[in-house]
Amino acid sequence: MKYAFYPGCVARGGAPELYDSALAVMERLGIEHVELTKAACTGAGVLQEKNLKMGDILNVRTFAMAEQMGLPIMVLCSTCQGVMAQANHRVKKDPEYLAEVNKHLAAEGLEYKGTTSVKHLLWALIEDIGLDKLKETFTRELTGMNMAPFYGCYMVRPTDALEFKANPTRETSLEDLIEAVGGTVTDFAGKTACCGFPILFINQANSMKMVANHTGTAKDLGADAMVTPCPLCHLNLDGYQPKARKQVRGDKADLPVIHVPQLIGLAMGMSEKALGLQKHIVSTKEIVRMAEALPTRI
Amino acid sequence: MPDAKQGTKQETMHVNLKVKRYDPADSGGKTWWQEYEVDIHPDSTVLDALIEVREQNDGTLAMRCACRASICGSCGMKVNGSAKLVCKTRAIDVSPNGEQMTIEPMGNQHVVKDLVVSLDTFFAQIKRVEPFLQPDHVPAQGEYIASNASMENLLTSMNCIMCGCCVSDCTVLEVDSNFIGPAALAKAWRFTEDPRDGKRDERLKMLNDEDGGMWDCTRCMKCVDVCPKGVAPMDRIMELREAAIQAGNTNTPGYHHTESFYNSVKKNGRLDETRLAIDSAGWTNLPRLLDLAPIGIAAMRKGKLPPLFPHKAEDHKKVKDLYESVEGESK
Repeated sequence: MKYAFYPGCVARGGAPELYDSALAVMERLGIEHVELTKAACTGAGVLQEKNLKMGDILNVRTFAMAEQMGLPIMVLCSTCQGVMAQANHRVKKDPEYLAEVNKHLAAEGLEYKGTTSVKHLLWALIEDIGLDKLKETFTRELTGMNMAPFYGCYMVRPTDALEFKANPTRETSLEDLIEAVGGTVTDFAGKTACCGFPILFINQANSMKMVANHTGTAKDLGADAMVTPCPLCHLNLDGYQPKARKQVRGDKADLPVIHVPQLIGLAMGMSEKALGLQKHIVSTKEIVRMAEALPTRI
Repeated sequence: MPDAKQGTKQETMHVNLKVKRYDPADSGGKTWWQEYEVDIHPDSTVLDALIEVREQNDGTLAMRCACRASICGSCGMKVNGSAKLVCKTRAIDVSPNGEQMTIEPMGNQHVVKDLVVSLDTFFAQIKRVEPFLQPDHVPAQGEYIASNASMENLLTSMNCIMCGCCVSDCTVLEVDSNFIGPAALAKAWRFTEDPRDGKRDERLKMLNDEDGGMWDCTRCMKCVDVCPKGVAPMDRIMELREAAIQAGNTNTPGYHHTESFYNSVKKNGRLDETRLAIDSAGWTNLPRLLDLAPIGIAAMRKGKLPPLFPHKAEDHKKVKDLYESVEGESK
């Protein structure tokens, strides 16, 4: 498989370990990619608060670039996935609006015909590669490791733009991946809730309560780590966990929060450094130790 | 179990319910889960199943319902963790292969008994937005005339039947009972958009300035997902924010956040995370800037502080050209 690769601003900024681990996992799987270095930010739903059309134009520009290459887009971020899916949904159902958007792209010689699909790495692995094929690349089963899924709002809502009906595996993609690596799912009600990141700079008290509730609840239920396909959720759940746990629950940050390709990399037997696990704010040492203590097969 | 999807031929469907009970009369108030099994017609709703339970199995089960046609808004409750009008939800869609379904009272509201919640919280939120027309003049003809288009524009919000589903599943209300909530904000939008109303600016200013107002929404889309009537409260909240900014309300961290994001992409083609954090805090707001410092230092020690000078997208000047062509169009 080959993709037009759109890592997103955070994987190229505040969460470099996501970018590195994704490339390592893709290479092991033989997934080819061409990075869309000219593409703009999706707007993350924030830019859209000020000017929805501007956001749609930026995203359609990215779709048109991938369309010219004849490749589907792969993203690493729930928010990129959701915002792009919504933009694609809006222009695909309204040809007049698409024509209007295309007018702005003509100066760059771009025109979007509506054929580009956008898939998060997590979905691409399940839908295009297949979990059985993925498992063939694993060198260990993460038996006994309890993983709490945390999706990120934009990976689960709104279901029509995300095409859940046509792709029913999307609803349980994270749990399916955790089971595929041999881990045990720590199910909890907060897994599809908000991480609090969008209001971090607006209402930090509420944002901290969300971080403390989600990480604290998952830990109380026995999770060894939380896994998320969203680097924005990661920034909050990992980066602000020490502050949130102290402020809200009066305890310490004790739940590592890892990215999807890091979980896969652990099952592939990759090292802590190759996956950037040493770059987390909440220590990942214990889960690395757990993974490395498990039997490996060649 | 026979395939219940073949509803045309099959006369009954077996339903397995797990219901959250609450009895306020019990000392201190007792909560427990109770399981029921009933046979219903395969076309039946979850409400039909619950009525069957109440009439045939357990007369003590308290629930609220009236119209059975998704117009009165009485039967909101959580089905498998998500708020729904149970009269609009077919049992077979929730449980296509006979899976047990979980029924709980709505969230973020006071439970009176079993599946019945008090709507006091809901209406207290609605009252905060003064949900009535406040015209600023008496028209000469003695009648307020509004165009068809302006009324059609209000249809999303006017479809609200005040069932409380959006309030039930709001992720902000879970942590902050002072948030005005998705239903009240959608209602407020309806009046800011009504050409007959004379208090648009005051309404926008109030919802912009007050604690728990329009900027506290996280954009999680839960309310859009659970609303049974297509009100899409979060979309209305986004429109309120845009209107508030256009009306000159530029005093909130929310405004600075949006503005910084918009300009960062315009300048770099990408998001400048460091700049976004500082802009949102406010360049002269020392306490908030100091608050950011420990996080920045912790990230730097782990080798992952976002670059002080942002990565730019190749061809970022073309992004700026695009911005200018769109902005020029709206002038």
